[in-house]
Amino acid sequence: MAAPRLFRPASRLLSSRLASPLRPAFGLSACAQSALRARGYASEGGVKEVTVRDALNEALAEELELNQKTFIMGEEVAQYNGAYKVTRGLLDRFGPKRVIDTPITEAGFCGIAVGAALAGLHPICEFMTFNFAMQAIDQIINSAAKTHYMSGGIQPCNITFRGPNGFAAGVAAQHSQDYSAWYGSIPGLKVVTPWSSEDAKGLLKAAIRDPNPVVVLENELLYGQAFPMSEAAQKNDFVLPIGKAKIERPGKDLTIVTLSRCVGQSLTAAAELKQKYGVDAEVINLRSIKPLDVETIIASLKKTGRLMVVESGYPMFGVSSEILALSMEYGFDYLTAPAVRVTGAEVPTPYAHGLENMAFPQEDTIVSQAAKLLRV
Amino acid sequence: MDSGTTGKLRGCASAPSGFCPLTRRSVTTDAASSHAENIPQEDDKPFTVRLSDESFETYELDPPPYTLETTKKELKQMYYDMVTVRRMEMAADRLYKEKKIRGFCHLSVGQEAVAVGIEHAINRQDKIITAYRCHGFALMRGGTVKSIIGELLGRREGIAYGKGGSMHMFAENFYGGNGIVGAQVPVGAGLAFAQQYNEQPNTSIVLYGDGASNQGQVFEAFNMAKLWNLPVLFGCENNKYGMGTSAARSSALTEYYKRGQYIPGLKVNGMDVLATKAAVQYSKDYAVSGKGPLVLEYVTYRYGGHSMSDPGTTYRSREEIQRMRSTHDPIAGLKQKMLEWGVTSEEELKGLDKAARAHVDAEVAEAEQMPAPENTPRNLFEDIYVRGSEPRWMRGRTVDETFYY
Repeated sequence: MAAPRLFRPASRLLSSRLASPLRPAFGLSACAQSALRARGYASEGGVKEVTVRDALNEALAEELELNQKTFIMGEEVAQYNGAYKVTRGLLDRFGPKRVIDTPITEAGFCGIAVGAALAGLHPICEFMTFNFAMQAIDQIINSAAKTHYMSGGIQPCNITFRGPNGFAAGVAAQHSQDYSAWYGSIPGLKVVTPWSSEDAKGLLKAAIRDPNPVVVLENELLYGQAFPMSEAAQKNDFVLPIGKAKIERPGKDLTIVTLSRCVGQSLTAAAELKQKYGVDAEVINLRSIKPLDVETIIASLKKTGRLMVVESGYPMFGVSSEILALSMEYGFDYLTAPAVRVTGAEVPTPYAHGLENMAFPQEDTIVSQAAKLLRV
Repeated sequence: MDSGTTGKLRGCASAPSGFCPLTRRSVTTDAASSHAENIPQEDDKPFTVRLSDESFETYELDPPPYTLETTKKELKQMYYDMVTVRRMEMAADRLYKEKKIRGFCHLSVGQEAVAVGIEHAINRQDKIITAYRCHGFALMRGGTVKSIIGELLGRREGIAYGKGGSMHMFAENFYGGNGIVGAQVPVGAGLAFAQQYNEQPNTSIVLYGDGASNQGQVFEAFNMAKLWNLPVLFGCENNKYGMGTSAARSSALTEYYKRGQYIPGLKVNGMDVLATKAAVQYSKDYAVSGKGPLVLEYVTYRYGGHSMSDPGTTYRSREEIQRMRSTHDPIAGLKQKMLEWGVTSEEELKGLDKAARAHVDAEVAEAEQMPAPENTPRNLFEDIYVRGSEPRWMRGRTVDETFYY
């Protein structure tokens, strides 16, 4: 039992740029540093560079500030400052009543969070990673997602489940899996998959405010990545609508529908497609997979005639399968070539670096698949 | 074994009631074992009932007082409530056999004293959550017979608008009705978490069966409840069988009130509505005073099968059922005591029986007349999400059946 727990990210964080050698004083010093660092990148127009981690942290702090019914519970969220430091500084600011360390007992604390939500509070239930949420998936689906319907609409459950999802670097099969399709298939849940810092902040805040159970699938590999954040997004009233995709890059030749970390890879691939072949790919960042913004996808397909979906989940019965099916149902007449998908491989995630790379979409996988689709 | 004895002896030193058993006895399931005398004339003048010394067993806990303050009015109400629950369950049994009720249907005939005793010990701000054998609790929490039977019949005016059925009933401060064995236990601890968070002087009553008591998440909930001192009363309704598996065949320790290990426990005669009330009243005070959770065990018995498809006779003897029915029945037990104490007369009890029967029959007849939900997409898709926060549409079986909110 102990060994897999060690794979929780603590050990890896020690070598990351965020780890402070002064761990006992981590809370305060890291907070101050991070704020300084974030502000240090300020550029014209009020836009500043913010990491996904800081954006999430800001979202949590703002919502905890705004709503006394909101609290966060999970493993290592308080004194340790978050296994991935997303909850850094929150304990100092909001105290142990609202930032609550739980034992390692996912089914138990998830059930407690659901119960608190049924009783009218607005819990944020953090899973150290969504791999561990499998222990608690019954509570998420059977207790949280279904109660409102089963009660005939008299018993709402305002809860947010959040944590890193998808594969991480070198942690092998049990700690590297994408659950988008699992949660995305459940009526009663809403599921968001942020990519950028604006996504992260706006969607997490929307999730906390939404009166339904919402699953926020973050991505560990993006936590340390910095993105420009507009002045509007820096304000505490910034929320993004759940269920609306964002066209990250307009184009006319090919629609690439993608989510989470694959958005960044797809944008890089699109730039390469332009440079190599003069092709303009439109990149759609889904932001939310439930509800799914089918309108935006089909409108783009209508324009480009070609569809490619890029995701890192398993290929069978996944997000991309769903979008391809929807393109048949709603956009068949617009397709000028069969829709294609780039997904994770159908294999438990291997440990060795080279093999791991083969298990997930890489930028060249996307480029070559697009070139094949476009016959360029 | 020893700790039970110790608990009881230690309790004697401080127990205010003064009744002190000298030797350890196990909890009885005799439904008519309490005593009372000098009953006042007035209906609402309190008097004291002395409970049997075999009403409780404790684990690391001073026992509750072996006395209970009550009134004639309350005793009659308890009697009426239990008769109503049983009559309603019998109606459900009939409707099921007439094939008017679909799916699973778990009846609580024989276990009425638990739901009724608990409700009489708490107030409407306290919370209750249970598993799928929930009809009696739904009624006691304020559901009407009509709405409960209506739900079983899948009617639009059912307590959950025909969406939940037998296993999923909700009311104010009643949280179901969970169909996943054991899942309601951490959820119930969460209800208590919210009470603590909101600084409410209330408790959450969490019920689960002897079968569910072996689920891992029950122990996860125990741990956090004790760790955080949540005002929760875990309660194992031990009706001796988890489906068809007897307690001894499923549980390494069948003394369910001791299974909290670091949480004090209280075993109570769940066939005696008065003992149940006394235990819960005492436990609520304990939890609300900040001492944290307790693990209760309500020793009870279900006369029928696990569900309607189970005749309930392959794993236990007919004699056992017959014995419990004829000598330990919670309704007959209370009736006997009330007559013995002169709380009421045969005639008045007959009147109560009749009134309960007439009430249930009338409500059942009304429920049968209620319309089923119209088979419209709106009725199908409503309430998946909170109104006003739905996605723009949900997909039906085909693209054409897609429903737009």
